[in-house]
Amino acid sequence: MKKIEAIIQPFKLDEVKEALKGIGVEGITITEVRGHGRQKGHKEIYRGMEYQVDLLPKIKVETVIADSRLDDVTRTISAAARTGKIGDGKIFIYDVLDAIRIRNDDSGEAAL
Amino acid sequence: MPNQTLNSGDNAWMLTSAALVLMMTGPGLALFYGGLVRSKNVLSTMMHSFVLMAVVTVLWAIYGYSLAFAEGNPFIGGFSYLFLNGVGLTPNADYGATVPHQTYMIYQLMFAIITPALISGAFAERIKFSAMLLFTCLWSTIVYFPMAHMVWGKGGLLNAFLGGKIGCFDFAGGTVVHITSGVSALVCALYLGKRIGFPKEQMKPHSLVLSVIGACLLWVGWFGFNAGSAVAASALATSAFVATHFATAAAALGWMFAEWMRHGKPSMLGGISGAVAGLVAITPASGFVQPFPALLIGFLAGIFCFFMVTTVKSKFGYDDTLDAFGVHGAGGTLGALLTGIFATKAINDGLKDSAGKVLPLGWVDGNPGQILNQAIGVAIAWGLAIVGTLIILKIVDVLVGVRATNDAEIEGLDISMHGEEGYNLDA
Repeated sequence: MKKIEAIIQPFKLDEVKEALKGIGVEGITITEVRGHGRQKGHKEIYRGMEYQVDLLPKIKVETVIADSRLDDVTRTISAAARTGKIGDGKIFIYDVLDAIRIRNDDSGEAAL
Repeated sequence: MPNQTLNSGDNAWMLTSAALVLMMTGPGLALFYGGLVRSKNVLSTMMHSFVLMAVVTVLWAIYGYSLAFAEGNPFIGGFSYLFLNGVGLTPNADYGATVPHQTYMIYQLMFAIITPALISGAFAERIKFSAMLLFTCLWSTIVYFPMAHMVWGKGGLLNAFLGGKIGCFDFAGGTVVHITSGVSALVCALYLGKRIGFPKEQMKPHSLVLSVIGACLLWVGWFGFNAGSAVAASALATSAFVATHFATAAAALGWMFAEWMRHGKPSMLGGISGAVAGLVAITPASGFVQPFPALLIGFLAGIFCFFMVTTVKSKFGYDDTLDAFGVHGAGGTLGALLTGIFATKAINDGLKDSAGKVLPLGWVDGNPGQILNQAIGVAIAWGLAIVGTLIILKIVDVLVGVRATNDAEIEGLDISMHGEEGYNLDA
């Protein structure tokens, strides 16, 4: 099994969710995060004091899938999340040791 | 028994004005200041305003009103009104001849409440709560009650209308409220020192939304502050209402345009800060000036206070957290001096000589010397604020310690002083 961690632009969340549902991926976890890669932030000014904001709001999408689906899922996420500009985000892939369904103790790919 | 001279229109307006001025403190100032601090300190900042609504009331009832408004000497009142003795429902000829004396008393109380609340902007996010309470009690007694007496009390040194030797025009409290609190705020900011991390660490307002709401409540409430100072539902009240509104509008634009030119974008915070600066500056002038001079006073205040809060503050590096000095101290000083220029008997014919002839007021009336009297009033306010506040801070520091510990400050005063959090959004 593989865990996919995708950091995407917040306004792309709906598209990515719909796209994943479209290929039958139903388990996802969403977190609101802040960060940056090469994307520059912006300047805010309060009463003459300047603040550089370079930690930008992003959305982290996490999902665990069967090994056989890896290419399909990463390509789907990329296509849905892409705008072509700096700041689109990144996808990281991890190995997963096991997965367990809490309701009934299913484990392995059956738990996904 | 109600007196025959009671005017129900006057009393209705004065009671309404008193409510409006209280609203300026709670929730006006509480929201305005609260939104500007970090979320871990929002309740503590609001508490500073709220608790004074309670504490100052008790001081006022027991001895505050007496020290401010009873007859005494030119500097402080006497004790004839202790425990509001003699302050009943019949009018006092000198303090609102057409409304119950208690109306005047309760109206003035709201001023006594908001004045120390303004100072809280300077020591927000790092003062110990017990110190703040003790400070306020001492400050009200040593600075506010005497200043209020000097400017508004019968026989007060600066009271142009009730026997003062150095007639200074301060319609609604430019010197009494804004200069004293603003200058005291600067002293507090210097004495307490900067917040941990200031100025390198980013400390953005956690909710400008709250601040905008607060500022708008201040704007509306200020009509009670200025127009109510006519102590009657009169033409003078109308004039003060109009002058107040015009100055505020011009000041908001002045600050916004100054910021637009300097930084390229006009900010919401700049707009509301400008508005407050205008409200402050027009306060002493509101019952004395024509509408278009009011516009000018406001516009100048917007630009001047913008300069004080941005250039001057960053140049000297003091941590006047919520710009109590930059807006109230500086704006009040500017307004008090400009009053000497634009005050006119065409608006306020209350100053008369012993023969009953109406006297000229400011420079526009051909009396440029008034500016000197205004400057004296300003100087007294500055002096009293500086000396009084320094002494009080020293006493409070020795007795309970003024500044919160580093741990308490970093954790946030809401938790360390009050055991609460402002936002439990996951609950």
